[in-house]
Amino acid sequence: MAELRIVRIEEIVREAAHTRTYRFTAGLGGRPGQFLMVWIPGHDELPMALSHLDDPQGITVQAMGDATRALARFRVGDRLGVRGPYGNTFRVRGESCLFVGGGTGAASLIAAIEAYAAAGKRVTTVLGARTKSQLIFEKRAARWGQVHVSTDDGSKGFKGFATPLAEKLLDTGDFDEVVTCGPEPMMVGVVRAAAKRGLGVQASLERYMKCAVGICDSCAFDGDLLCVDGPILEGVRLRSSKDFGRFRRDRSGVRVPLH
Amino acid sequence: MPNVTVRLAGLKLRNPTVLASGFLGETGPSLVRVWKAGAGAVVSKSISREPRLGYANPTIHEADGSLLNAVGLPNPGVKAYAAEARHALKAGVTLIASVFGSTPDDYARVAAALEKAGAHAVEMNLSCPHVEGTGSEIAQSEEAVRTFVAAVKAKTHVPVFAKLSPNVAEIAPFAVAAEEGGADGITAINTVKAMAISPEVRRPVLAHGTGGLSGPAVKPVGVRCVYEIYDAVDIPILGVGGVATGLDAVEYLMAGASAVQVGTAILTRGVEVFRKVTEEIAAFLEAEGYRNVREVVGAAHG
Repeated sequence: MAELRIVRIEEIVREAAHTRTYRFTAGLGGRPGQFLMVWIPGHDELPMALSHLDDPQGITVQAMGDATRALARFRVGDRLGVRGPYGNTFRVRGESCLFVGGGTGAASLIAAIEAYAAAGKRVTTVLGARTKSQLIFEKRAARWGQVHVSTDDGSKGFKGFATPLAEKLLDTGDFDEVVTCGPEPMMVGVVRAAAKRGLGVQASLERYMKCAVGICDSCAFDGDLLCVDGPILEGVRLRSSKDFGRFRRDRSGVRVPLH
Repeated sequence: MPNVTVRLAGLKLRNPTVLASGFLGETGPSLVRVWKAGAGAVVSKSISREPRLGYANPTIHEADGSLLNAVGLPNPGVKAYAAEARHALKAGVTLIASVFGSTPDDYARVAAALEKAGAHAVEMNLSCPHVEGTGSEIAQSEEAVRTFVAAVKAKTHVPVFAKLSPNVAEIAPFAVAAEEGGADGITAINTVKAMAISPEVRRPVLAHGTGGLSGPAVKPVGVRCVYEIYDAVDIPILGVGGVATGLDAVEYLMAGASAVQVGTAILTRGVEVFRKVTEEIAAFLEAEGYRNVREVVGAAHG
């Protein structure tokens, strides 16, 4: 359930400015979209999506908070604690899927992209980032199908957010399933775009987590717990949600606006 | 089918399984979920006057099949929590509000506010620092237990349970102190103070250092405490600590508990644990020829 394993970092890969992949042999396994709780000793324990499922397993982290900035100072050979894998998985559905990843959301999608490709599905990916140097997993995704890039500043690909680019692709009518992970406002747009066209859509969400095993209630989302009922929720479920794109729980459990 | 309904300090429970405080009790929808899964009643997360963020992660750690936690009593504060409570009550939940604070007045105010929101009973989490006293836990001073319970009783009308800590040399005198303060029932036990260290990392795993141990490892401690409390007081006891099966529950009942709380076992058996434990209690009663769960309460005392 929550057994902690101490691992040594075996490899650190620079994916983009301030974003690294950490590889380690934990033997925990995992399915696309699942996450580990990662203990950064002396700093924090955080949920992180598996960007590599098999040993050496991997997590891909952007240094943006105190703990992730501390992790950025870790070197090969340093130790982390990991437990998991936790959460549900992306379901492989349909024949042709559009993946829409924003920022480090691509870290959660990349294993799903590979699983869809391995199942013989047609895979197309939209990767959005603030700027060119922030893009991750462009080459890895391109091995399995077309990749379309959007940057907020226009430094590469489509200038603007990922959602309008995804809408243009959906308008070609070539897709029967949509899978997304990224900033919640982006996912709100993607879910709406998919629903408008009658397509199935799965989105991977993020909320503050403590236990990851369904007991502490920190990641309550409507009446579900994202650690066990999620993090991946169906579009049908999200469209009737009161919390999606609107509310989160802060560390005390108070329901507050998302932004 | 034996009768498994329970009367507890004036509360009528549809079965003897109660959600323990600290598990899934922070939001209204989660309380409803546990209720629908078959719990006889649910205890809320411990609520204070003001919101509390709790400790940094790691806040939980699995230790040899049991659970170590130092979550730090995070809660949204009584004002926001009243809305969560009302959400649960609207769904028909039997709700016991867990309350805590630093002073007798803190406890009394939170208890009164949650009674006003509709809670059917109050449980006092006494494992908190006693700021006006020596700084040790309220649950470690008989005088403090008596005073704090009396303060809550003076401001409430619903049944009040005092939740006692096992981290004392003798627990029975604390149950007596709670009874003298006017408590309608005792909840025993809270978690056992404990620690886990990661040898490779050379530091305690929990960010807070020490934590509270729950789950299978503490069951014999809890059963012993309930047994001793049953001999010392006349008020009913809610037994808690490591109940995962119907037989675990029957052990507590025979030690003297009128009902049991379940928390950590949600990890291993899911929220359905409440229905399962109830069914297992009924099966045991049936097999042993009992017609009513009340017949086994205190049975081990001969």
